[in-house]
Amino acid sequence: MKYKFDFGALAEYWPQFVDGALLTLEMTVLSTVSGLVVGTLVAIGRRSENKLLSRLCGAYVETVRNTPFLIQLFFIYFGLASAGLRLPVVVASVIAMVFNVAAYTAEIVRAGMDATPRGQLEAADSLGMSLPQIYWHIILRPALERVYPALTGQYILMMLSTSVTSQISAEELTGIANNIQSNTFRSFETFIVVAGIYLLLTLILKAGFWGLGLALFTRRRRLGTSL
Amino acid sequence: MSAVIELKDVHKSFGQVEVLKGVSLAVERGEAIAVIGRSGSGKSTALRCVNRLETIQSGEINVCGHPVHDPKLDVRKLRLDVGIVFQSYNLFPHLTVEENIMLAPVTVKKLRKAEARALAAQALARVGLAEKAQSYPEQLSGGQQQRVAIARSLAMQPQVMLFDEVTSALDPELTGEVLRVMEDLAKGGMTMLVVTHEMGFARKVADRIVYMHQGRVWEVGDGSMLANPQTPELRAFMAHDL
Amino acid sequence: MLAQPFTLAHVGYMLNGVLWTLALSALAFVFGGIAGFGVMLLRISRFRAVRIASLVVVQIVQGIPLLVILFAVYFGLGIFGFQVAPIIAAGVAMMIYSAAFLAEIWRGCVEAVPRTQFEAAECLALTRWEALRKVILPQAFRLAIPPTVGFMVQVVKSTSLASVVGFVELTRAAQIINNSTFQSFLVFGIAGAFYFAICWPLSAWSRTLERKLHVGRH
Repeated sequence: MKYKFDFGALAEYWPQFVDGALLTLEMTVLSTVSGLVVGTLVAIGRRSENKLLSRLCGAYVETVRNTPFLIQLFFIYFGLASAGLRLPVVVASVIAMVFNVAAYTAEIVRAGMDATPRGQLEAADSLGMSLPQIYWHIILRPALERVYPALTGQYILMMLSTSVTSQISAEELTGIANNIQSNTFRSFETFIVVAGIYLLLTLILKAGFWGLGLALFTRRRRLGTSL
Repeated sequence: MSAVIELKDVHKSFGQVEVLKGVSLAVERGEAIAVIGRSGSGKSTALRCVNRLETIQSGEINVCGHPVHDPKLDVRKLRLDVGIVFQSYNLFPHLTVEENIMLAPVTVKKLRKAEARALAAQALARVGLAEKAQSYPEQLSGGQQQRVAIARSLAMQPQVMLFDEVTSALDPELTGEVLRVMEDLAKGGMTMLVVTHEMGFARKVADRIVYMHQGRVWEVGDGSMLANPQTPELRAFMAHDL
Repeated sequence: MLAQPFTLAHVGYMLNGVLWTLALSALAFVFGGIAGFGVMLLRISRFRAVRIASLVVVQIVQGIPLLVILFAVYFGLGIFGFQVAPIIAAGVAMMIYSAAFLAEIWRGCVEAVPRTQFEAAECLALTRWEALRKVILPQAFRLAIPPTVGFMVQVVKSTSLASVVGFVELTRAAQIINNSTFQSFLVFGIAGAFYFAICWPLSAWSRTLERKLHVGRH
């Protein structure tokens, strides 16, 4: 094998790698927060007694979960552009990511809410709590604690999917890598480095979510049991 | 000495907790021994050590000529000679009753299917379940499942059988059928070590009774020992039990 | 540039892409399944070092985007002197990705079989391998079917990424048509509908199997 690895050629590009990684993180945080809110609302809508609303939410979730993110991204970015609305790529990317991850969030959160024991609902009802109060105190908060591991796992997968937005030229980590490799012709090395950075981001996110979990769920922290 | 099971000063700890504090016991060929005692007395652990489901820290265990305490022991050879029946039956749910029994003779002893099937039929007849060969475990009652578990063990023609609280998970009305099978086995000359809560069985069937307390063999005797406890601990145990 | 009208011929072109999407999915699933089974066995090895090493490898693969794996494989095979057809690069990348996820799914199923089953088998003098093959895996297999079918959806969707190395499957076909027709909503809408037509039945089937499994157990 004659190939000589040359990671040195990439050294001068480190500020770009950092910028790319930061953009990836920013997009991830933005879509996680928005996705959680939208997804939770969709989950509530899906559980609604209003048949139409429930069906609509169900159709949205099924559509997103059974089509590739890349197609969703193209649909939104190129579709809106063809209709005359040219969004900046990062904006279009985040919209697509929220659109995507909210559906997964909805499915996970719904499962958590469905696991609420009947007796607790009856107890809350007989204490005279209103439906929003019941949702907030009795259903939603324990549900989020229950599904927290599944949810954060999903958000880490979403961080990895950010790479797909490079296909509409978003300059996040993978987009940056594409630029760098075409300047240096060190394609393999570039993607090895980028893979390492993603791995690092994954570890950072995992640690972050773990710490956040400790801070948020005091009951779990103290008792170590699951709901 | 013709002891087939022999424990000498066996010590066993789980982490910091010493569960067996020097247990010694010898079981002769053809003997049925009942091991009684409170939960936490170490009786089940002692039984599991005999079959190398647990490893011991010090002491010696010899079973049918196998040095069980030896780290280099061929565990499979030991298990060819020792059968065990668990509290929770542990039948294989994806196999029929017959397949449950045939599995080990076919895979381990390389018997032909027809031979294994005959063996299974024989074992099932011994536990009175000949007609259940084609059933799946979940179609049987707990007592029936436990009898299948005994048959499964018997089909390997072990020299020694271990019973680990085999009736504890059963409804009271189902324990009788299992105990009767065990009584037949004992009468047939099977060497048995039986950890049990059934005082009636211990009194009536066992050749000797071993009372364990706090990780030690506290008292050993025949059926009359339960009526005449020598130690205050056994007396208290009997009083609680009745 | 002048936009072409969107015609039925374009739909035919996309249908051709559907076939390649299916082919690549099958390739990834079969080879990923074989490799994943091997990795699963390593993950449940009785040797601690093997368990940890395989865990680390799985975590690494799961911590890198499939797209980056794909690029690394594509360029990596290239520099070692292989002339890589896009389907090979995509197939290898997807195999690595599927193997890691299937190994974890299946390990979970094996560990969901009660430990006492292993104990009982070993007390009947079965070897570890015999116990695994005759007692544990058949039970784990039942548990594994619904999530495995569910993962097939994941595989089909992931094949869309193969478009980036120029493999003309459904997404690439749609992109090419979009470049000449500029009917983006229509083109990607139809492509999405094709994906949905493949994936939704799999999702529904997986759910049905899951429900049956729960009914069967209680």
